[in-house]
Amino acid sequence: MSKVETVPLAGASPEYRAWLRSERRGRITVRAAQLALLLLLLVLWEVLPRAQIINPLFTSYPSALWPTFLELLKATPQQPSILAHTWATSLATVIGFSAAIVLGTAIAAALWWWNDLYKVLDPYLVVANAMPKTAFVPIFYIWLGATLSVYGMSLAISLFVTILMIYNGFQGTDPNKIKLAQTFGASKAQVLTKVVLPGAVPTLIAALKVNVGLSLVGVVVGEFQSGNLGLGYLIQYGSQIFKLNIVMTAITILAIVSSVMYLAISWLEMVVMRRR
Amino acid sequence: MGVARPGTAAPLPNPPPQGGRERAALAPPKVELRDVGLRYFGLEGETEALSTISLSIKAGEFVAIIGPSGCGKSTLLSLISGILKPTGGAVLLDGRPVTGPSRKVGYMLQQDYLFEWRTILENAVLGAEIQGADMARARERATALLTRYGLGQFLHHRPRQLSGGMRQRVALARTLCTEPDIVLLDEPFSALDSQTRLALGDEIGEILRRERKTAILVTHDIGEAISMAERVIVLSRRPAQVKSDRPIGFATADGGRPTPLAARNAPEFNGYFNALWQELEVHVEG
Repeated sequence: MSKVETVPLAGASPEYRAWLRSERRGRITVRAAQLALLLLLLVLWEVLPRAQIINPLFTSYPSALWPTFLELLKATPQQPSILAHTWATSLATVIGFSAAIVLGTAIAAALWWWNDLYKVLDPYLVVANAMPKTAFVPIFYIWLGATLSVYGMSLAISLFVTILMIYNGFQGTDPNKIKLAQTFGASKAQVLTKVVLPGAVPTLIAALKVNVGLSLVGVVVGEFQSGNLGLGYLIQYGSQIFKLNIVMTAITILAIVSSVMYLAISWLEMVVMRRR
Repeated sequence: MGVARPGTAAPLPNPPPQGGRERAALAPPKVELRDVGLRYFGLEGETEALSTISLSIKAGEFVAIIGPSGCGKSTLLSLISGILKPTGGAVLLDGRPVTGPSRKVGYMLQQDYLFEWRTILENAVLGAEIQGADMARARERATALLTRYGLGQFLHHRPRQLSGGMRQRVALARTLCTEPDIVLLDEPFSALDSQTRLALGDEIGEILRRERKTAILVTHDIGEAISMAERVIVLSRRPAQVKSDRPIGFATADGGRPTPLAARNAPEFNGYFNALWQELEVHVEG
């Protein structure tokens, strides 16, 4: 139900129907423009290298991707199937941002609980958040090994921003809502679980949206260094042997993976927000 | 002046007698403030919000507190509810010093502060849930209250689907669901438009009177105070002190109390209004 109370009429007036039609036309136009833009980019990407306006060696072209993909689908003794690469990257990303949300929320709750702890840690958190985490890729590789370093990078890159976002969400709780709970004699734990946490759900989802992208960056960069598995590794491998077809195919799959994850979060957001 | 520290109960000469309204004269006052003072501390300095305030309110009384804005009216309610501790003096409920939030006290804030992630019914049982009460009974009681306030068909709606007046009625149900003896009202109508405000003030006043609650209404609206309360206390500017304490009475045919709306049209109304206006010393600064 909508916020504004509307009076539904039994039969729609002709003016209203016309308005509905124009609204629908507007939506269709936007979608068509989006699709056209995608097509234009693909056509340019296909035509410019073929016309030798740009060097195909550097860009490959869309029509080359599908055969490359089919070729990469087959697992060889030296090279697992591209599906295994995609799965490894997706899994590390999902684990990374899930861990970041769980850990970030727990740490933010601890900082909310012990305000002095926040005051002490505040500058460290800000610096940790501003630091380029990818600088730690080689160190993580040494510390954690090939597989764990990828997960570690995926977590590290999204953890600090999550802590800061969720802590700010907690701090933004209306003090009067806390006061209300206190008039009923609420304990600090009750204030946290009944007021602060449920009130921060929109922030949690916003953090999740940010984290999907960030964790994917962490995973791919981690795989550049450490992998013999994952789309990041495939990109690295393809560029080393100068096969741009492989690189472009891996990047296209990355684009699909990130879109699917983003859509999944948006769907989750819709489900959660509809209940509010 | 003795400073009440949490946990140190002031010695009581007699345990408060248990009894009905007929024995009210023997019982200690429902709410008593003895030389209550409150100072706020900030890096800029110390602020004395309340000076030495002494008040006594009987069971079943409806008292209004008015005063210039920022004089510490709301602070007074926070002290009675136990969420703030006085820096001087003592607050007593039924003769016992207040050490923290009490189940005897229900508090209605300036706005409804309904939780948008809860349904109307879930909002109404919040207090019972926090107090660890029997939830089945609480839901039953909340449903009965909400139905009585005309919200029976909105139990499973979300707060955003309700109008301001309806939301404030939900807040009343939330307050009364825990069955407090004393209800504190902190300008609960100030966020509403003027028509809703009058109607809802009438309605809530009647409900509290019918349920024989002791009520303390803080307001900046002189008319609201006169029409709803049987006693109006005027506080001075900060640091607040009791400036006057005036009983409000209306001559009615049956000797009872007129409804708030009728009180506004009673011949006595203007006299009270002018007297209180004088005492408030309203200055328009500029």
